[in-house]
Amino acid sequence: MSTATTAHHDDHHDHHPTGGIMRWLTTTNHKDIGTMYLTFSLIMFLVGGMMILAVRAELFQPGLQLLQPEFFNQLIGVHALVMIFAALMPAATGFANWMLPLQIGAPDMALPRLNNWGFWLLPPAAILLTMPFVLALFGVGDGAIATGWTFYTPLSVQGGIGVDFAIFAVHLLGISSVMGSINIIVTIFNMRAPGMTLMKLPLFAWGWLITAFLLIATIPVLAGAVTMLLTDRHFGTHFFDAAGGGDPILFQHLFWFFGHPEVYILLLPVWGLIPHIISAFSRKPVYGYKAQVYSFWAIGALSVVVWAHHFFTVGMPVPALLYFMYSTMSISLPLAVLFFCWIANMWKGSMSFETPMLFTTGWIILFGIGGLTGLVLADVAADAQYHHSYFVVAHFHYTLFAGGIMGIMAGVYFWLPKMTGHMYNETLGKLHFWLTAIAFNVTFIPQFFLGLAGMPRRIPDYALQFAEFNMISTIGAFVLGLSQLLFVYNIISCIRGGEKASDKVWEGAEGLEWTLSSPPPYHSFTEQPVVK
Amino acid sequence: MALQYLRNAGLGVWLALWSLAAHADYTWNFPTPVTPVALDTLHVHNKFMIIIMVIFLVVLGIMIYSIINHRKSKGFQAAKFTGPSTKSQVFWTLVPFVILLYIDFILMGIPAYHSIVLMEDTKNDAEMVIKVTGLQWRWQYEYMDGDAQGIKFVSNLATPQDQIENKADKGENYLLEVDNHLVLPVDKKVRILLTSNDVIHTWWVPQFGVARDAIPGFLRETWVKIEQPGTYRGQCKELCGKGHGFMPVVVDALPEDQYKQWVAAKKQELDAASAGADKEWTKEDLIAHGKEVYDKNCAVCHQITGAGLPPAFPPLTGSKIVAGPNFDAGGKLLVDSHVDRVFNGKNVMPAWKGVLNDVDIAAVVTYERNALGNSVGDVVQPSQIKALR
Repeated sequence: MSTATTAHHDDHHDHHPTGGIMRWLTTTNHKDIGTMYLTFSLIMFLVGGMMILAVRAELFQPGLQLLQPEFFNQLIGVHALVMIFAALMPAATGFANWMLPLQIGAPDMALPRLNNWGFWLLPPAAILLTMPFVLALFGVGDGAIATGWTFYTPLSVQGGIGVDFAIFAVHLLGISSVMGSINIIVTIFNMRAPGMTLMKLPLFAWGWLITAFLLIATIPVLAGAVTMLLTDRHFGTHFFDAAGGGDPILFQHLFWFFGHPEVYILLLPVWGLIPHIISAFSRKPVYGYKAQVYSFWAIGALSVVVWAHHFFTVGMPVPALLYFMYSTMSISLPLAVLFFCWIANMWKGSMSFETPMLFTTGWIILFGIGGLTGLVLADVAADAQYHHSYFVVAHFHYTLFAGGIMGIMAGVYFWLPKMTGHMYNETLGKLHFWLTAIAFNVTFIPQFFLGLAGMPRRIPDYALQFAEFNMISTIGAFVLGLSQLLFVYNIISCIRGGEKASDKVWEGAEGLEWTLSSPPPYHSFTEQPVVK
Repeated sequence: MALQYLRNAGLGVWLALWSLAAHADYTWNFPTPVTPVALDTLHVHNKFMIIIMVIFLVVLGIMIYSIINHRKSKGFQAAKFTGPSTKSQVFWTLVPFVILLYIDFILMGIPAYHSIVLMEDTKNDAEMVIKVTGLQWRWQYEYMDGDAQGIKFVSNLATPQDQIENKADKGENYLLEVDNHLVLPVDKKVRILLTSNDVIHTWWVPQFGVARDAIPGFLRETWVKIEQPGTYRGQCKELCGKGHGFMPVVVDALPEDQYKQWVAAKKQELDAASAGADKEWTKEDLIAHGKEVYDKNCAVCHQITGAGLPPAFPPLTGSKIVAGPNFDAGGKLLVDSHVDRVFNGKNVMPAWKGVLNDVDIAAVVTYERNALGNSVGDVVQPSQIKALR
């Protein structure tokens, strides 16, 4: 009996995946799927980046030089949809897939086939989003969605086939996110190693747990809203049309009921991952673990009841304005808890500033600017000036690029040695950080002042007093864009070779993932670890 | 050594930035406020900016101190605490949150309440009412009461296309100039009603401190009381299609007597224009006037040449609708005819009956039928359009 079991056991030690396209199409391995999510995300990040560089090139000087207004409107909307749904969310999901089973001591995710399907919905969705551009070149339709990523009615009811393609893309992206969320919740609740109580769960897992609940609660609302838009467009309904008894603002309520939690969906995984990096590079245990967990819950709960601050100028009754203003401002409190904990984690640590820690430190500062400017935006009366101006554009790029993307970059440098078994090029990593951080500020600080000076957003051409800041912003954007090539080069080189990485990789790293080899065995944990 | 270098480098950057500021038209804050709401908003903004700047610098200072001193390379030994332990530590941990609570709900929160109440007080003591209608891609203004009642006109972007296409030098008010300014009296509370004929637009003049959405099928409102005579410029602030960046707002605020003069003159001008509806026009006059109307209102979608932008905007050149008859034998308007399309609109094609007067509509239809590569030959008289109303 025992010999048969041992022989069976030995077979698994030698398990390698079969190569080729079929491996990637049919894999149910969480690390393979995580790799696919991360690769897809990087490619789409570059695609979205190129779109916005075309936009910034047009905005380099007053006058229309390169793009017609209708094409400009398509580029800005698809840029946002790509960055949010095809770059940031898949990157966070890629890390969830790669690291969650490792961090909780599980051999894989709970629902591996669902996991595979969740990824493979993404490439068709990306094609649906971008195909209208190509079709227009052949005279079919007039291009991609040109309403901005927010799809506001009635403009989106008016739009061409680009809107329909975007609706279906959003459906696919939403289904993928919901499937991933179900998988994450089931995995976290059922597959933790013995001894890992919920209050010993790594913060990255906590961040993703709340994210998963938010996704399940809000993606269906988005799906409903865009389906109602589809039927208004083609099947004679009047949800958003006053003449038929409907209301265009209903769409804004439905969209932002999803839209506000969405920004925390983008950020919570990063808030979960950053403390791991701070703790490792400060060589200090995580500060305020319980406080951070409760803050995640508080932010998650608050995020679903503040949506209307995205449309304060729409003409709401005063009690509604007051409620949404005060509730939005309350979010600053749990966020302040998080900032306090991150800095207290650094305090009296023994810090070193390898690339992950460089990114994390820059992240705290730049995301902080994003958060503080968000507090300012909550003031309803002042918001009449900020709303839909470049002030808002700058604010959300501080929270989503500095907060989201740079957080993911920190995670990439942190975990790449574990994932590939090689160290990345540290000099290139540091250079990437400094170029990104400086170019990012050159791009977006002028945009705060453009908003204050009175420049609206989503315009392809502008009055002369906005010229200097636009020129500076465009220069910053091109440096920022080109710097990302260093990142891509570093990742590819690291995958192909480099100094061998140890199991622990970083001196101060704690957690079950650092007990496995770099890279981990194909099935991660074949024996359940016990957590004390 | 490194610190010295950093300091000098930082000083260099700082000086360079200031020199940039000196020689160009940079602005760092809102433009000069001219209404009570704008002034209130400026003060709230400045207060808030100072608060967040202080918070940022204090926290950054703490972080920088830690980054410099709590380093492995300096030999600093890591502590092991994961939370506050003594009573004093717990107290000092809670202090930042109490401060933030105070800032959010008392320091900023109470003035914010008053600002909202001020901004939303649209009806009390209003001395006149105007209605703003957003269209793709222009504004229409209508005076609803008082001496000016009945004045109604459209305000189009006046910047020549040449400037936009970089074929001519850009004027001082590039993209912020219109043919017909909205004219308002100084020091009077003006209640502004807003709506739209097609999609959501937002009417915004930064110096007034108000921005309000114009929503099709609904009325929204805001108010201004302009305290300084002058010309104030703003823009549409809600993405409304390809002309979103090209529908500015220009408001002239005049002292009482000059305002009254303007009202009288504008009424005369509008009366003269609509009087033209009763007389018989020659084909040449209609075509000439029609070209002006077409270039200003129709060319943005149907193009100067009439080629259109299919599939969104159909071509007029060789169009069956343009070539077809407008009225049946009995003189009744044919459904889906050229005049019907222009007058009543269809789907994305706006209904111009509420925007253009009889002369303009008759002229533009005649122009489209006898130019742009078309030679239908017939003529539509303004009286025929007037009869449709």
